Amino acid sequence: METTAHLATWAQRSRPAPPAVEFERSRAGTLHYTHPTFGHPTETRMLSRTADHLYWMARYMERAENTARMLDVNYQTSLMPQSADAAEKGWKGLLSISELTGDYVKRYGGVNARAVMDYMVSDANNPSSIRCCLMAARENARAVRGTLTTEVWETQNQTWLEFQRMVATGAFQRDPGAAFEWVKFRSHLSRGVTVGTMLQDEAFHFLRIGSFLERADNTARLLDVKFHAVESEFFGPAAANGNGREIEFDFYHWSAILRSVSGFEVYRKAYRNVIQPEKVAELLILRPDMPRSLAACMNEVVTNLSMVANEQSSETLRRAGRLRADLQYGRIDEILATGLHAYLTQFLERVGTLGLGISRDFLVPVEA
Amino acid sequence: MRPGFDEMQVTNDTVREHYRSYQRWLSLQPQDVMRSRREEAEMIFRRVGITFAVYGAKDEDGSGTERLIPFDLIPRVIPADEWGEMERGLHQRVTALNRFIHDVYHEQEIIRADIVPADQIFKNAQFRPEMMGVDVPGGVYSHIAGIDIVRAANPDGSGTYYVLEDNLRVPSGVSYMLENRKMMMRLFPDLFSENRVAPVAHYPDLLLETLRAVAPASVNDPTVVLLTPGMYNSAYFEHAFLAQQMGIELVEGKDLFVRDNFVYMRTTQGPKRVDVVYRRLDDDFLDPLAFRADSTLGCAGLLSVYRAGNVTLANAIGTGVADDKSIYPYVPKMIEFYLGERPILKNVPTYLCREASDLQYVLEHLGELVVKEVHGAGGYGMLVGPASTKDEIADFRKALEANPSGYIAQPTLSLSTCPTFVDSGIAPRHIDLRPFVLSGKTVQMVPGGLTRVALKEGSLVVNSSQGGGTKDTWVLEA
Repeated sequence: METTAHLATWAQRSRPAPPAVEFERSRAGTLHYTHPTFGHPTETRMLSRTADHLYWMARYMERAENTARMLDVNYQTSLMPQSADAAEKGWKGLLSISELTGDYVKRYGGVNARAVMDYMVSDANNPSSIRCCLMAARENARAVRGTLTTEVWETQNQTWLEFQRMVATGAFQRDPGAAFEWVKFRSHLSRGVTVGTMLQDEAFHFLRIGSFLERADNTARLLDVKFHAVESEFFGPAAANGNGREIEFDFYHWSAILRSVSGFEVYRKAYRNVIQPEKVAELLILRPDMPRSLAACMNEVVTNLSMVANEQSSETLRRAGRLRADLQYGRIDEILATGLHAYLTQFLERVGTLGLGISRDFLVPVEA
Repeated sequence: MRPGFDEMQVTNDTVREHYRSYQRWLSLQPQDVMRSRREEAEMIFRRVGITFAVYGAKDEDGSGTERLIPFDLIPRVIPADEWGEMERGLHQRVTALNRFIHDVYHEQEIIRADIVPADQIFKNAQFRPEMMGVDVPGGVYSHIAGIDIVRAANPDGSGTYYVLEDNLRVPSGVSYMLENRKMMMRLFPDLFSENRVAPVAHYPDLLLETLRAVAPASVNDPTVVLLTPGMYNSAYFEHAFLAQQMGIELVEGKDLFVRDNFVYMRTTQGPKRVDVVYRRLDDDFLDPLAFRADSTLGCAGLLSVYRAGNVTLANAIGTGVADDKSIYPYVPKMIEFYLGERPILKNVPTYLCREASDLQYVLEHLGELVVKEVHGAGGYGMLVGPASTKDEIADFRKALEANPSGYIAQPTLSLSTCPTFVDSGIAPRHIDLRPFVLSGKTVQMVPGGLTRVALKEGSLVVNSSQGGGTKDTWVLEA
């Protein structure tokens, strides 16, 4: 299996405790900060391990949601008249998004809808399956349940308990659409209950960083693979002589991408135009008002990161700020000129590095 | 058939005074309502995640199992006067035990007075020579003590409370006491308006007060943490629960480190000094430099900081020397020796198999006695004579003869029963009680404690690891 920071799982992340000398560099004083509005001194520091669990709890929940989104779109698409070849391509793309093709083929062999769904929903040995993500989110929450509000903990716990029941009763086979919708809504609930009940201290910021870093990663992967899945080069020289026969297919293809990020209606509202690939890319990469775009995610990451800055985090903050600035001042025609795939690959690398930096500076360092 | 003692019924149709109000209410509850309440309770416990991990047990997919401790709907009720007496007895007993531990690690007057034999202390694996001469704040060693009490039936039909065991190291179960009350109030609010039940919810406050009171003298505003072995420990729920209720950090060994003879925790803003550690970890695992070198759960160098008085551990290191089953028989004498008082709470008569005459008696009466391993815990390594087969007794006899000093024996007490809601309806089941006694500046406790119940018919084993459940415990206010 590919080992990237993205795929680091609860079980795999066996990390040695950082040596004490690391802390000799950090500041000794300034335990308190004064809230700008209320003036209550608030203890801001928290255990690094606690922050780590919160961060990963949020990441895994977000990942579960995005996996459900991708599965749902593929499933909906598979209901439309299409060639077996096209259908298979869709499922293959989904596996390659998560860098899981090798593991899947080794254990399952041929690609078909039912098998990929099983693999991505309930396989206990696939670290990116919804099952593993929900379990990891719940286990991380359990490790720090004292830091969470009762509502946040109970939401995570109940999601896991209910998920197990749904798998046991075949809910994902009986009505996949409804089951994926359920996962999405549990994730909405998890995030909402966090925002709605938690003190906005460091714990909160690490949760937010986890959610948005993961979402940035997932949106980028989704875009990359979906653009790749269509083998004709949209944005290379071939795009100039694209012929009319493909237009209908394009519509369903692009609208599937949009729907997978709840962006179909958003697109219409933002552009009041027919679906055009470069506008889809712009919406999902650069629009700061589209909540699942790379720009929106990086805005959140930078904002929350700046709230928890410590003495050793300046390089990580600089990298995050730089990444955000690139999105803020970037233009879609420039991105497409350098090639979308190259751009997204680089973006994923930068997000990966940022994640490692955050772990090193604040949390429990991830084994390289 | 030995006489029994039921906490509620005197005979089939008379009910003890302090149960009358409850019994009236209970007789009006349809069974199916009770049944659905029980399901509701189970659902809530699962959702809230009030579970314990079973050692060694695995689900089919390899993750550890989390189980619910069965919660029984019918409370155990203790009248005010009985509790008053018990409270005085607990206060006295725990005070004497703390004096004893201090003595063991200082002048050892009780040995010189020939009250406790020296080898019972020095040969005890729980004796920690590292603690000799170390002064702990306030001279308190067992800040949190769980004293197991049972009521046994007398031939005349009355009952007597006995202390079965002192737990002076890391007693657990208090979270169930608190959650059981919360659950009862949620399921049956009307019961609490009809009965004057003494509240217990302030326990975390008392605990925090206790922990803060024993901080190193030089510290004004101590940082208190709770040290847990981690989320796979069977009592993890309780650790997380207490830390949250007290608003203190829940730390694992890897969160702590020692520098310049102080303990720090690693935080997102750098190191922060720790003054009091409420540790829910056995001595052996606390410090790999001092005790088990293979422990990854503790913090290297902790003992040295502790001995220097720069951090307080609650409970202290080495309290196990006083709660061992081989020391238990001497506790009444300790109370007289240190406090000059007559013991208020009774001990169960105990045979020390290390003594030849006692051993002979025990070997001759194995079928009637309960024989316990001196260092056993959790109901493991014991023989309940009357409930055992000939083969089991024969096997145990060999073990006992091979190592007599490893065992004590007690008559089988006829433990009291309490009506319990089981699958077949309401039936009597054996119970015990674990009050939690806090010692800081003063000795404090909340009324009652945790009542455990052996859910299997006739069973005397109340341990959660062996099919025990729990009940809410009511102390009625006078």
